[in-house]
Amino acid sequence: MTITDRTITAPEETLALPAGPTIAHRPLGVFTRPQGSEGWTSWLFTVDHKRIGIMYGAAALFFFLVGGAEALFIRLQLATPNGSVIGAGTYNGVFTMHGVTMVFLVIMPMAAAFANYLLPLQVGARDVAFPRLNAFSFWCFLAGGLLLTSSVLIGGWFQNAPDGGWFAYAPNTGLLFSPSKGIDFYAVGLQILGVASLVSAINLIVTVLNMRTKGMSFFRMPVLTWMLLITQFLLLFALPVITVALFLLMFDRLWDANFFNVEAGADPLLWQHLFWIFGHPEVYILILPAFGIVSEIIPTFARKPLFGYHFMVASGIAIGFMGWGVWAHHMFTSGVGPLSVAAFSVSTMFIAVPTGVKILNWLATMYRGRLRFTTPMLYAVGVVSMFTIGGLSGVTHSIAPSDTQQTDTYYIVAHFHYVIFGGALLGLFGGFYFWWPKAFGYKLSEAWGKASFWVMLIGFNFTFGPMHILGLQGMSRRIATYRGDEGFAFWNMVATIGAFVIAVGVAMFFWNVYVSTRNWRRAGRPDVGPDPWDARGLEWMTASPVPEHNFDEDIQVDRLDHFWHRKYGVDENHRVVRAAPTSEVAHDGSNTNVHLPSPSYWPIVLGGGILLVGYGIIYNLWLAAAGLVFLVASIYGWILEPADDPDAAGHHDDHDDGDDHGDPDSNGGPSGNGESASAEEPESESAETEEEAATIG
Amino acid sequence: MADTMTSETTAAEAATHAEGHHTSTGISNEKLAMWVFLGSECLLFGGLISTYMFNKGRIGPDDVGPDDVFDIPFTSVSSFVLLMSSLTMVFAVSSIARGDLRGNRIWLATTAALGATFVAGQVYEFTAFYSEGLGFTTNLFGSAFYALTGFHGAHVTIGIIMLMSLYVMSVRGNLGPERAETVEIIGLYWHFVDIVWIVIFTIVYLFPQ
Repeated sequence: MTITDRTITAPEETLALPAGPTIAHRPLGVFTRPQGSEGWTSWLFTVDHKRIGIMYGAAALFFFLVGGAEALFIRLQLATPNGSVIGAGTYNGVFTMHGVTMVFLVIMPMAAAFANYLLPLQVGARDVAFPRLNAFSFWCFLAGGLLLTSSVLIGGWFQNAPDGGWFAYAPNTGLLFSPSKGIDFYAVGLQILGVASLVSAINLIVTVLNMRTKGMSFFRMPVLTWMLLITQFLLLFALPVITVALFLLMFDRLWDANFFNVEAGADPLLWQHLFWIFGHPEVYILILPAFGIVSEIIPTFARKPLFGYHFMVASGIAIGFMGWGVWAHHMFTSGVGPLSVAAFSVSTMFIAVPTGVKILNWLATMYRGRLRFTTPMLYAVGVVSMFTIGGLSGVTHSIAPSDTQQTDTYYIVAHFHYVIFGGALLGLFGGFYFWWPKAFGYKLSEAWGKASFWVMLIGFNFTFGPMHILGLQGMSRRIATYRGDEGFAFWNMVATIGAFVIAVGVAMFFWNVYVSTRNWRRAGRPDVGPDPWDARGLEWMTASPVPEHNFDEDIQVDRLDHFWHRKYGVDENHRVVRAAPTSEVAHDGSNTNVHLPSPSYWPIVLGGGILLVGYGIIYNLWLAAAGLVFLVASIYGWILEPADDPDAAGHHDDHDDGDDHGDPDSNGGPSGNGESASAEEPESESAETEEEAATIG
Repeated sequence: MADTMTSETTAAEAATHAEGHHTSTGISNEKLAMWVFLGSECLLFGGLISTYMFNKGRIGPDDVGPDDVFDIPFTSVSSFVLLMSSLTMVFAVSSIARGDLRGNRIWLATTAALGATFVAGQVYEFTAFYSEGLGFTTNLFGSAFYALTGFHGAHVTIGIIMLMSLYVMSVRGNLGPERAETVEIIGLYWHFVDIVWIVIFTIVYLFPQ
């Protein structure tokens, strides 16, 4: 490494306007950098993609309990005719918050958990492209989620909860029809969540495009990586559209703008178009990660390569594009005109094709495979079968005359629960079981896992299967009560019982987590090994749980399923034989000489500032202004903090690019603190650094 | 160490260095992130422009409309000023790439000043429209016009703040040629905001009402 090389250091996070060397270890003179990776505070300031992934997962599971409780209230209210468990006003809040919570605070962050944890591992990178921004995404998400959920409690039980359905059709959500603060919480909360998802999308796209390890060409990336990448692109382009819609709604409600003021000549279709141009890609944002997870699980337990890898990727890309051309099938009864209805009918029929390709490829992967029905495999097969049901009822929506009859009935509710619960959520739970040993170092109990799966699956079908019938009988969505003489009573009772069965299944999952953790601890924390499932992706090529630095050395990838082909070869009779034991192929995580990004206070501080601005916009603009000042100050604090801490020793030094690890050229120098500090520091500064280190020492 | 940070440290070397970081695409993470972000911004302005076009004609016969308030010559001049700021931004990027730090400061300040002139023009325009009876809440045209041009103005303002931050960094000696790419990335944002204005100016002001 020449001196010239070392003096020119690329800016680490240019979105954050990197500053120069003069302000190194006390940004703004206020804080020192957080240090260390032990204890609970290290989680607050971590920039490690794996910890952030775990926090996403934990937060999503928490909100899952919230959204699940809301679902149970809905089912209790509807269990019998003329239900009186909750009033009609509260009911509006409950079903709206159930939908918003499940979509934005459960499925999306659960997918983000897998994206954060697995994307860098699957492409062989050391971390994401912008570790601090990644932490910010999580805290921003949590701020939005807490703000949205707090609406349930503020000012009384569900008094200020959003009450316009998850799609919040304006002008029904204008001040006139929804005078509580609920829709303000909805608009502001979703804006904040949108910022979080947008930042995360940019970060992960750059990670996948830019930080692939040597030889990891696009068509050697696992299908999960592909599906998550497509998801991030959908987020990137869909979020700004709903951002516009939410701004317009906010302007109407807060500052008397006229966007949805019908008296002033506004057309309610504007909201519907903007919302569904976001909303339909959103559907694929929810399901594609689960498709990716299933595409990892099935080949592992069928012990066969994924059938038609290229078709799998191409169909995902096709869904990504076609998903933009079907939004008006949500609006067939809104008067968009016969030409639009015809065009969107056809496009909706067509989008079933790439989805069908995926289903067939999964079946072909399993066909004549040596299937092992572990818990993750059960969930994956559950997705394939349940999603197919939901997909088929989805195709029926493309027949516009029939859809006109089904609009706003329980048939729609049945359909989207089959794709979102039966597809996305089952897939994500399968992912939990599959990657749990990777993240925590022990497997969840198979017995409890299988039992929990069957209870959930049976409960799920008893809950949402009858809704097809109720919908075709004509039962409307979003009604708090129905009469006894309408013939809806029996199947509603069945659905309610089913919902509680699902709750038992979910409780069994949490019990499983508790029991498995306890048993593992009692057994003296045995090591599950890097590759407990005999799987295929690069993430299995390092120790479990994944060490902070991911891989001990850069991996040179030479084909798809690189790890699998390192383990297995083919003999002269074309039979698969072991080529090398896993222990020889996988890294043991012992390399401690790897450059890591340093923890930082600013992501969580910025998240707090955003929370302040959010409540300020809803309640008091002075508070928002104060929050904004705080936010801008925090952004400058962030900017002035170098992305990496020159004070930190060992693991934490100044190189932020993911490709240095294990590379003797870049970190095998005379080394030590001074060496690592000097790249961006003038000599005097690094001398000061050493002085301070000496003082501390 | 300081010796190596003289004028011979050029953007080309910085680029070599970026390659030294082995990004898979050869583009640095930071620049790629900006491109990806600008892709997202296209949809934001796409949504706002669509909203404007959808709503601009939805006014009563006696309402204040575009024809009553627009002052095309004035806005043409301020648009010209904004477009010229793209030229000075190019000079700023090229000067830092050549290691001309003083020139870089001058061009950064000029760009920020031209941007500020544009924003000042917009403030004047908004005030004038308001006094002619077009408020944010007056009618659909008013809401849509102020929302669209206001969002753009906010983007220009953020750009000015970033340019001024670069200027301050430069004065404090923190913006050497090794950070040429930072200026280039802010430049990408700046050019994007200008291009969006060309679209907005054409659609909002020049299309027949």
